[in-house]
Amino acid sequence: MKKHIQEQLANEPKHTLRNIIIAVIVITAIVWSGSVFKVPEILERGSQVAISILSAIVNPNPRFLWGMDTSGVPYLMLETIAIAFLGTIIGAILAIPFAFLSSKNIIPKKWHLPGVFSITLIRTLPVFVLGIMFITVTGPGPFAGVLTMAISSIGMMSKLYIEAIEDLDRGILEALDSIGCNTYEKIRYGILPQLFTNFISTSIYRFEINVKNASILGLVGAGGIGFPLLQAMGNNRWNDAGAYLLGLIVVVIIVEYASTRIRKKLAYG
Amino acid sequence: MEEKSRPSVEGKGVFSPQTFTLSNGSEIQSKFPVGTYIGIGLLIVAIIAMIVTGVDIAIMIRNGSNFWGFIGRMFPPNWTYFEKAVGPMIDTIQMSLFGSFIGSVAALPIAFLAASNITKNKIVLGTTRFILTIFRTLPVLVYASVLVLVFGLGTFAGTLAIMMFTFSIVSKILYENIETIDLGAFEAIQSTGADRTRAIIVAIIPQILPSFFSTSLYAFEINIRYAAILGYVGAGGIGYLISERLGWRLYDDFGMIFILLFIVVMGIESLSRYLRGRLE
Repeated sequence: MKKHIQEQLANEPKHTLRNIIIAVIVITAIVWSGSVFKVPEILERGSQVAISILSAIVNPNPRFLWGMDTSGVPYLMLETIAIAFLGTIIGAILAIPFAFLSSKNIIPKKWHLPGVFSITLIRTLPVFVLGIMFITVTGPGPFAGVLTMAISSIGMMSKLYIEAIEDLDRGILEALDSIGCNTYEKIRYGILPQLFTNFISTSIYRFEINVKNASILGLVGAGGIGFPLLQAMGNNRWNDAGAYLLGLIVVVIIVEYASTRIRKKLAYG
Repeated sequence: MEEKSRPSVEGKGVFSPQTFTLSNGSEIQSKFPVGTYIGIGLLIVAIIAMIVTGVDIAIMIRNGSNFWGFIGRMFPPNWTYFEKAVGPMIDTIQMSLFGSFIGSVAALPIAFLAASNITKNKIVLGTTRFILTIFRTLPVLVYASVLVLVFGLGTFAGTLAIMMFTFSIVSKILYENIETIDLGAFEAIQSTGADRTRAIIVAIIPQILPSFFSTSLYAFEINIRYAAILGYVGAGGIGYLISERLGWRLYDDFGMIFILLFIVVMGIESLSRYLRGRLE
């Protein structure tokens, strides 16, 4: 190696001390947290349970898998998708004001904090707690699921909206100003086209997550396939659980595939 | 002549686009209004979904006060409950920290197996991706419920469930990331005679490391909130207390738990955001 290259290399700033401190902190934190991972004496029947569960799951109960009544997988999946769909649409609309109120380039500095604070407040509430709250309003059933999905979608969606809003190109607004557009025209032709694809893409992504989260709604009986799934597991009816799981997995894979395709198309045209 | 001027009206479908004649004589057609049709389609689907889920605005208006009543009963929170809640809360933090760490580390080698520009063997690639997809689509709650039966109630099953969940999402983000990186350095190192493993360590790992750290931190951030749910099925952490307190209708105790959870989530999110900002 040439000499001046070596000299230059030697001049590279060294962060040895900083790196050691970071490493010590990280390792301490992880070792400290390892205390929850005490390997229990695997229950004598534990391995048997595992094997019988796995063998039952791959042999789903055909009565539920193909049943056309309200306890069959096709209807439950329809209900799950309907809950996720409505929840996403309502959440997508509710998230818009939150996002605008918390964007640094729309609301002056410091005043966007209430918006950010309320978004975190909504995000903190565990989904099943929201479910319990809404069941006191509507009673158990898919309607409570719709409302739960709608509110729990606000957090993530408004966060992604905010990123899009803060990336807005102001030049376009100035250009529209210079040709004499009014406020409505500026919003319609300057702001909406910039945000529209991003908002749609976010909504599709959230729909995917909402379908995946269907099992969480089942914890409190807020409709969809989650409740029968968790009940079947709780009562050791693993063949039935296998049928529900299979339905859920197939639908999630289809939704995930379609969502990725559509979002790619939206992003690259 | 008369015959010729008419075809512009005739022979068109109901939804054919509008035609304009420009001043220079050329004809243009308006764009096909795809958006309108998609909008109408979504509206129809929404109406069907409302029928399936039994959405009823009247019920919501009539009983809407119950929702605020629920929140009202959470306050003032029972401050003395703090002592009992803080232990499970620390468990929750530990579960998600340890689970995120092991899950992310395990995802690193697997992501290379699932990246189409590194793994050329179609069978290995397909199998890895299939297994990852199954991992990703199985709900965390299902992992947790099964693991609780196998390993008994407690934090071990919950940590394992978080580990699997972290593994499934980090490996996906990571392999998509590896597929977009610049392979030039990798090929250059290989051309000097280094084997593939060495070339991956020297040329690819440094490129993906920042996004790997950032993804892991993001997973840690999500996991805190997931860990709070896992307790519901007995997999350790604060979730057990939440379901117990709500089951006994001790809403002021839940108010305390909620405030604690809020502070922890807020703290970890700001820490994670700060660290991710430094990484970029």
